[in-house]
Amino acid sequence: MAQKLPAKDVAIIGLGWTGSILAHELAAAGLDVIAIERGPWRNTATDYPPGYAPDELRFRIRHELFLRPAQTTFTFRNKMNQTALPIRSWGAFMPPNGVGGGGVHWNAETWRFLPSDFVLRTHLTQRYGAAFLPQDMTIQDWGVTFDELEPHYDRFEYLCGTSGQAGNVKGQIIDGGNPFEGPRSRPYPNPPQDQPFGATLFAKAARDLGYKPFPQPSGNMSRAYQNPLGVRLGPCTYCGFCEWFGCGNYSKASPQTTILPVLVRMKNFSARDNSEVTRINLDASGKRATGVTFVDMDGNEWEQPADLVILSAYTIFNVQLLLLSKIGKPYDPVANSGVIGRNFTHQTISDVTSFFDPQKFIFNPFIASGAIGMCIDEFNGDNFDHGPVGFVGGGYMGQVQTNGRPIETAPVPPGTPRWGAQWKKAVKENYQSAQKPGTGVHGSMYSYRDVYVDLDPIYKDRFGRPLARITMDFHDNEIKQNKFLTDKFAEIFQAMGAKQVVKEYRKAPYDITKYQTTHLCGGAIMGTDPQTSAINRYLQCWDVPNLFVMGASGFPQNAGYNPTGTVAALAYWSADAIRDKYLKNPGQLINA
Amino acid sequence: MEAIVDRIIPPDPQTPGGKDAGCAVFIDRQLKGPYGSAAGHYRLGPFIKGTKEQGPQSPLTPAELYRKGLAGLDRYCKAKLGGKPFSQLSADQQDDVLKKVEAGEAKFDDVDARGFFDALLKDVPEGFFSDPIHGGNRDMVGWKMIGFPGIRYDYRDWVHRHNERYPYPPVSIAGRMDWNVKKS
Repeated sequence: MAQKLPAKDVAIIGLGWTGSILAHELAAAGLDVIAIERGPWRNTATDYPPGYAPDELRFRIRHELFLRPAQTTFTFRNKMNQTALPIRSWGAFMPPNGVGGGGVHWNAETWRFLPSDFVLRTHLTQRYGAAFLPQDMTIQDWGVTFDELEPHYDRFEYLCGTSGQAGNVKGQIIDGGNPFEGPRSRPYPNPPQDQPFGATLFAKAARDLGYKPFPQPSGNMSRAYQNPLGVRLGPCTYCGFCEWFGCGNYSKASPQTTILPVLVRMKNFSARDNSEVTRINLDASGKRATGVTFVDMDGNEWEQPADLVILSAYTIFNVQLLLLSKIGKPYDPVANSGVIGRNFTHQTISDVTSFFDPQKFIFNPFIASGAIGMCIDEFNGDNFDHGPVGFVGGGYMGQVQTNGRPIETAPVPPGTPRWGAQWKKAVKENYQSAQKPGTGVHGSMYSYRDVYVDLDPIYKDRFGRPLARITMDFHDNEIKQNKFLTDKFAEIFQAMGAKQVVKEYRKAPYDITKYQTTHLCGGAIMGTDPQTSAINRYLQCWDVPNLFVMGASGFPQNAGYNPTGTVAALAYWSADAIRDKYLKNPGQLINA
Repeated sequence: MEAIVDRIIPPDPQTPGGKDAGCAVFIDRQLKGPYGSAAGHYRLGPFIKGTKEQGPQSPLTPAELYRKGLAGLDRYCKAKLGGKPFSQLSADQQDDVLKKVEAGEAKFDDVDARGFFDALLKDVPEGFFSDPIHGGNRDMVGWKMIGFPGIRYDYRDWVHRHNERYPYPPVSIAGRMDWNVKKS
C-alpha cells in the first residue's frame, strides 16, 4: 500500500535536460515542484572529477553512468512475426540514468532542425507529390514550426553557451556557417571551438569539392562563459573523454553545469533520487492525472499527488509509462489505429574509416571534444533535389571524431587478422594516421507503419511489469539514403589524401548490438490530430490535459541531426505554454 | 591464461606481449568483479536463442564462460596434441589451436568455443589498453606503443599544432612509475 505524500503543484518524472528545464521554468513561475528521478544524484566534483573520470574501461566499456539493464530493459525484434528477446546488455543505444540524464554523458552536439523538417509531409508532398513517398511511410507534420521554436532554440543555446558559427542571421547568409540553417535571431553565444588537424583537412577537402563546411555547433565551451542564469562554465580542454563520460571541468553543457545550481537553491523545488515512477495515476474519469506512484530504493511505494504531471523520462520510458498507466489508445499496426507507440524511429548512421600514410599524417586523435569537427549540410533534409535519387531524407556529415581512446578507437585496415603479431603491428602503425569519425554520416530515419513500441507479452521488469517491446527494421528508403550519403562522405576523405577509405554502409536488418547513437525518437508523437498523435503542439496529452510529455518521444519522425537542441527547444516552448496559457485556464489548450 | 594472452598480443622487440603487460591479471580481476558475474545485465528468463541482431542471450556469466572455456581448451589440446595442455604447446602450436577455435573448427563439449574466443578478443585488448589501475597495460606499455597520452586532460596548447607528434609521455590515473621516489 502506497504511503501518500503531501500534494504538490507539479510532479516531474525524470530530472534530465527537459525535467530540469521544466522544473526551473515552473518553479520560477511560483509553483511548488517536485522532481522524481529513477537514478542517483550526480555532482561534477564528486562523481566525475578529472583525476579519475577519464577511465575508458569504467565509463565507456562498463557503462558506469548508464541505466543497468537489470533495473529495466526492452525487448527487441526486427519484424512483427518474430518473438522479441530482451536486450541483456546495451548495444544500439545507451539509456541514461540519474540526475542530468543523457545531458551528463552526451557529446553536446547542439543542432537545430531545418524549417522543412517540421512540416515534412506537407513539404515533401508539395515538392515531389504524394506518390513519391513509400506507401507504408507514416511521416507527419509536427504542428509547430521552426519560426515558433526559434526563440526557444536560442534560449537553450544561450543557456548552454553553445560554441558555433552562425550561417543565417535573420535571413542574411554568413560565410563560414551553415548556409542551410533556418534563420536565427542572433549568432551563437560563443565562437566555434578550435579544430584539430583531421577536421581542418576535412573542411579544406570539402571546400575544394564545392561544399560549404562549417564547425559543428558544440556544447563544449570555446571559452569561459556565464549563462543568463548566472552559472559559469570553463573552457574545454579537448581532453577526448566526452561522450559516455561526465565532464569534470564544467566545460560541457549539462543540467549540472547550467540549471541545477540555480534550481536546487529554489525553496519551492525538491527532488527525490533513486526513486522510480511506476505509474501515472488517473481519477475515475480517466481524463485527469492525480499524481504519480513511485518506488524508492528500499522498495517502499509512495504516492505523490500533483495538479500537473510532466513526463520527462527517456523516449521509450515515456512511451512505456503511458502504456502502463493506460493513458491514450495503444497503437495497433495491423488496424493502423491508436497512438501510443506509433512512429517510433532512431537514426541512420554509418561510418567511414580512412587510412592515411603514417609517414605523412599525425592526427593526434586523442585531442578532441565531444562536439568537435567540421561538417557539411548539403545532403541533409531536403537541401538537395531528391527527385533523381529516389529516396527522401538525409543527414549532415563530418569529420566529428570525438576521441582516440584506444579500446574503442584502434582502427586497422580490412584484412588484418583480429589478433596476433599482425594485428598488433597494424594497431601501432595506424593509430596516429587513421580517421574514424564514428557517427560521421548522421542520417534521418523516417517513420513506418511497422516500426513501433508496445508492451512485451513475455518479459517483465524487476517489479513484474511488462517490458517495452521494440519492433524496428530499416526500410529501403533509409538504406538508399545511407548508401548515397556514405558515398559522398567517402569522396571527401579520398580528396583529403587517404590511401584507403573503408565504407561501412548501414544495412538491414537493424542490429540491436551495434551502437547507432542514443537518439530513439517517437512513440508518443506530437501533431494536430488526436487520431494520429499522442500530444498536441504544446506537448500536452490529448487524453489527459494536465499531463505534458517532453522529449524526443514527441518527434513524429527523426531528422538528420542530433535531437537534443530540438528536444530542449520544445521543452521551453511547452513551458511557456503551460505558464502563459495553461495555468490561466487549466484544460485542453487545443480544440481538435 | 598467461599463455593465451601472449598469443593474442605477442611480445615484440619494442613492446611486451599480453602476459608481461598484465592482461591475464586484468582479466582475473575483471572476472572476480561485477563483469565476471554479469552484474547489472538483464538476467531474467526465458533464455531463448534468437537472431544475431537480437544480441547475446546466453545465461552463462563471463566467469562461467572462462571457467568452462579454459577447461575445454585444455581438454581439446590434450586430446589432439599428445596429452599436453595449451600452456605446454609451442607458440606455433598454440596459434594453430586458437585459429581452429576462431574458425569454429575446434569444438568444446560443454561451451561455445567460438563465444569464448570472442570474449578473449574483447577482454585481452581491454587489458592491454585500459588504465593500469585495472591491472593490465603495465607501465602503460599499450599506450606507449601507439602514442596515447592517457589522462593528460588538457590539450589546449596542442589542438592548433597540426600534424605534429605530441611529445609528452602518458599519464595514468595513478600517475606514472617514474614519479615514484625510491625510499631506502
